[in-house]
Amino acid sequence: MMNIIYAVAVLGIMGAAWGAILAFAAKVFAVEVDPREEAIIGCLAGANCGGCGYPGCSGYAAAVVAGEAPTDRCVAGGAETAAKVAEIMGVSAGAGEKMIAFVPCSGSLDVAELKFNYTGEKTCQAAMSYGGKGTKVCSFSCIGYGDCMKACKFGAMKVENGVAKVDREKCVGCMACAEACPKDIIVKVPYAQNELVACRSNDKGPAVIKSCKVGCIGCMKCAKECPADAITVTNFLAKIDPAKCVGCGHCETVCPRHIIKPQD
Amino acid sequence: MVTSLLSISLGAILINNFIFSQFLGCCPFLGVSQKVDTALGMGLAVTFVMGMSSALCYVVTGLLNALGLNYMGTLAYILIIASLVQLVEMFLKKNIPSLYSSLGIYLPLITTNCAVLGVVLLNVQNSYNFIESVTYGITGGLGFLVAIVLFASVRERLQFAEYPKSFEGFPIALVSAGLLALAFMGFSGMKIW
Repeated sequence: MMNIIYAVAVLGIMGAAWGAILAFAAKVFAVEVDPREEAIIGCLAGANCGGCGYPGCSGYAAAVVAGEAPTDRCVAGGAETAAKVAEIMGVSAGAGEKMIAFVPCSGSLDVAELKFNYTGEKTCQAAMSYGGKGTKVCSFSCIGYGDCMKACKFGAMKVENGVAKVDREKCVGCMACAEACPKDIIVKVPYAQNELVACRSNDKGPAVIKSCKVGCIGCMKCAKECPADAITVTNFLAKIDPAKCVGCGHCETVCPRHIIKPQD
Repeated sequence: MVTSLLSISLGAILINNFIFSQFLGCCPFLGVSQKVDTALGMGLAVTFVMGMSSALCYVVTGLLNALGLNYMGTLAYILIIASLVQLVEMFLKKNIPSLYSSLGIYLPLITTNCAVLGVVLLNVQNSYNFIESVTYGITGGLGFLVAIVLFASVRERLQFAEYPKSFEGFPIALVSAGLLALAFMGFSGMKIW
């Protein structure tokens, strides 16, 4: 019995002594951190998504305090966070336009032709290494094994019927999905843009018709009919200029392939 | 006395090198050996912790033995090692922040570096006196330093070497670690005085 008391006492005293030494050392070796840095870290989104271009939230906070970074770079936090950070730094917040990710492909399994029956590992990266660029005939298409879904820290990506889709409410625009996509098909678009071309094929019309039931064939119809001249067709693919687009939706109705769609 | 210290030192650095012949402390050895600079910093930090903990643990061992509590030894040693590592961490954070950030997670992990606990337990096992313990601790740390710096310089050159793609990264590191250990086998069985 005495033994146990001894053991508890001796180790307890030793622990307390070391605790005291460490507490003292913490005072001596205290590193002064700008209190604004802590405050900024506190109001950032904290996902360490890297969307700001700095290594993690603390890296961004340090850069803001050092005056190297603007206050509105936290894409995950959006305008609200930008305002808070600006308040801490004592500057006014510039209202940045909210950008989100978009997958310009509609080649789901029921409309896109497959090159072969792929039975390998179910990742886009693995599927890329077989027969060129994925499993679908269209070499521009989304492979649809969800590498982007695994990369998304906000649960905004999902794969529906062989095509990745972005949940525009959950997406914060960090573009981690675009980094993960082995085909580099995911692009950044304004959250407010009304009409988008959900295809990125540069193939000529007949080739598109063979490989996919919905792909853009570059027929120029939308470009001719657009009242705001916002649509251009280059390399057999329609492109909408978000700065000119007025969101009338006319292109949506004239497109024979129904590939111009509002964001859903 | 001098000869015994010399034989302990040479034994710890070359013949019974902690990494290459006793296989203690392999985690930081593989983890922080990409660059010679950080490897040097890691080696010095480990040497400091090993030397200090040898000295402190010698005192504590005496205390525990006097109270008949030898069975609490390992627990007390861990306490001492963990606190020392905390001290080193605070010191580096204050004075050498660049080294602090490049060592990263491996710095607090010195706590669980089995070379540190190993040296303390071997001191007890070999019933070294105070000076011998400290010598063994410091030279054991120097042995670790030699090993990790050698290995880091090998890995730096590996970046420019050509080898099969499947060996990239960790596999080639393990292979070269094995070859280095083989080189140190040359010292095995050597006796001094």
